[in-house]
Amino acid sequence: MITNAILILLLPFLAFTIQIFVGKRLPRQGDWLSTGAMIAAFLLAVPIFVDAIVNYQPDYIIAQQTYDWINFGDIQVTFGLLVDNLTAFMLIVVTLISSLVHLYSIGYMHGDSRYSRYFAYLSLFSFSMLGLILVDNFFGVYVFWELVGVSSYLLIGFWFEKDSAADAGKKAFITNRIGDVGMFAGIMILFATLGTFNFNEVFTGIANGELSGTMLTVAGILLFMGAIGKSAQFPLHVWLPDAMEGPTPVSALIHAATMVAAGVYMVGRAYVLFTPEALLFIAYIGVITAFMAATIAIVQKDIKRVLAYSTISQLGFMMVGLGTGGYTAGLFHLTTHAFFKALLFLGSGSVIHAVHSQEMDDMGGLRKKMPITFWTFLIGTVSLSGVPPFSGFWSKDAILASALEFGMLNPSHLGIYVVTLLSAGITAFYMLRLVYMTFAGEPRDKEKYSHAHESPMTMTIPLSVLAVLSVGTIWWGWVEHLLAKPDLASYAGTVLPVPHSGGHDVAHSAHIIAMISSVIVASSGILLATTVYYWKKISAETWGRRLRPIYNLLWNKYYFDEFYQATFVNGTLWKARLLAVFDSKIIDGVVNGAAKLTVGLSRLNGAFDMRGVDGLVNGVATVIAWSGARLRLVQTGNIQNYILMALFAVIAIIVIQQF
Amino acid sequence: MTIGLSHFLFVSAVLFSLGLLAVISKKNAVTVLMGVELILNAANINFVAFAKYIDTDLDGQVMALFVIVTAAAAAAVALAIVLNLYERLRTINIDSADSLAH
Repeated sequence: MITNAILILLLPFLAFTIQIFVGKRLPRQGDWLSTGAMIAAFLLAVPIFVDAIVNYQPDYIIAQQTYDWINFGDIQVTFGLLVDNLTAFMLIVVTLISSLVHLYSIGYMHGDSRYSRYFAYLSLFSFSMLGLILVDNFFGVYVFWELVGVSSYLLIGFWFEKDSAADAGKKAFITNRIGDVGMFAGIMILFATLGTFNFNEVFTGIANGELSGTMLTVAGILLFMGAIGKSAQFPLHVWLPDAMEGPTPVSALIHAATMVAAGVYMVGRAYVLFTPEALLFIAYIGVITAFMAATIAIVQKDIKRVLAYSTISQLGFMMVGLGTGGYTAGLFHLTTHAFFKALLFLGSGSVIHAVHSQEMDDMGGLRKKMPITFWTFLIGTVSLSGVPPFSGFWSKDAILASALEFGMLNPSHLGIYVVTLLSAGITAFYMLRLVYMTFAGEPRDKEKYSHAHESPMTMTIPLSVLAVLSVGTIWWGWVEHLLAKPDLASYAGTVLPVPHSGGHDVAHSAHIIAMISSVIVASSGILLATTVYYWKKISAETWGRRLRPIYNLLWNKYYFDEFYQATFVNGTLWKARLLAVFDSKIIDGVVNGAAKLTVGLSRLNGAFDMRGVDGLVNGVATVIAWSGARLRLVQTGNIQNYILMALFAVIAIIVIQQF
Repeated sequence: MTIGLSHFLFVSAVLFSLGLLAVISKKNAVTVLMGVELILNAANINFVAFAKYIDTDLDGQVMALFVIVTAAAAAAVALAIVLNLYERLRTINIDSADSLAH
């Protein structure tokens, strides 16, 4: 099995390496290579998955291999692969969706000028995500975490000729980095106190109480900061809607299998080290995100933007699930969401491919032109809206049950459940709005409508496969089986009562109430959307005008971008300018001043040398030359002169002696 | 009037001055040598006079004889120099012998 795991990791990387160097010269620009590598990875993941199901045990380790990586002094860093139940499950989801996205991209990206480059990046993206779920230590997670960030930057900014795409790539990368700093600090706390990066050793250390209390809570929240960035949680969610500038299949990959899933996976993987306080923090971040993004999605007009906000909202749901103790529920929702959100994105890509626009104002009535896209999209929609028996219903219901159970045991936190439930209703509303505006009614743009056509087979087949997978009843059994919640009490300890410790009755009644209430809010959301956008009994425009302030607030996405622009971006620019002035005026001034001073001093020194020292030397010479010239007159060579002078000298001596 | 020491010294001084004058002013080398002889003889008079009047042994007279001998030798050497001078310059005018200045 370890061979499978290594191959799964290496195949996409190999495909990437070949693609990036010689992709252009391969037949069909090498799209078959990346796609083939991904499908092969999926086929290799299947035996692992089957093994996990057949030989099921709660802590079953399917395969494990550890290598020494860095050894210096007492510090030993190992690097290895670990395949357990969670990994097996994630592997199947990631490879399957990635394969389908590859397949779909063949049709969607046909004729692009950087076709081979696109597939190379796609392979790199898949490789990074697979590495993230396969490694057995936090350091490896961080490495692949950053690789995911880089690949997302490359793919979001793939059409970098457009400024908006280039900006979106940068925004995604920088926003993610902010979260990653926290994550890195968190990992370093773990390493500093426990001396290891390895998952098992870290968890064992925490179970032994080597790291506990506030420090552990801080470490958990810092780790979660990475997930806030990567999984687009409040307040670092701003990059995800902009990431729509990338090619649509990439959006599908980011939103379903790779990028945003990384954060949720990481929280799931490190679940046992979160203290109850950290989990509560996660739950509140999740519920804020879920509600905020859902409300923004109501008013957006760009089809992909609605889906983007819907993703943010659903990621919030997952965090609520994980935060309230619904480990299985959160990861289950990750899975089901991966399938139906990939379906919705690929469906919207199909629509965009047909009408060459992302604005819903240009669409309408496409149901007749694109039947396969419509039906598969509808399945994705009802699944996301939480209609039984589709997958979204089961997973969302599990999250709501977990939130309600938590609320019943801790009445002061019942608000989490209420707001999550409300968000679920809003979800149903905006998704049906999307479907009605796109596929139903009369075409709003006749010309675009007349050119619209159903997409090619490579695009419709992935849609159909995903539509089948969105019928969620086929998942629940396996998920509950594989993703059993770890026993938290033996790790970080419990301060707040978490579900399952409060007794079976609460869990049971919570589940029934959650199920009924979730069906009620979903159907009322659908009913409201149908009334407004299909029967047109209520005018959306009128209400939009009546609730103008709220509409503006939502339309401008709670002014997050403006706020960040005004505070962080402008603040940074302002600081930079200040520092630039400081640099150019003060530092440069000092340097230039020192230079000028040196030059001046040198001049003075030079002058001193020229005038003073040279003058002295020359002066001595001149004086000597002058006096020599004078004195040589005395040396006449005439002996009688000398005698005369001797005579005078004698006379002088005599005269002087007299006095 | 008796002849005393001062008379001798006076004669000696006159002789010395005349010699010196000849040494300084005469252009002829031989005349200059003659001036030198006058100076030497002025000294001799002094030696003898002092020996007679102040220190009554014969040291002064011995010294005078010694000087006469030395003067003769010196004159011989000096005349040889003058001859050489004449050989070189074809004159015995000592103004011409100023090559030390050049």
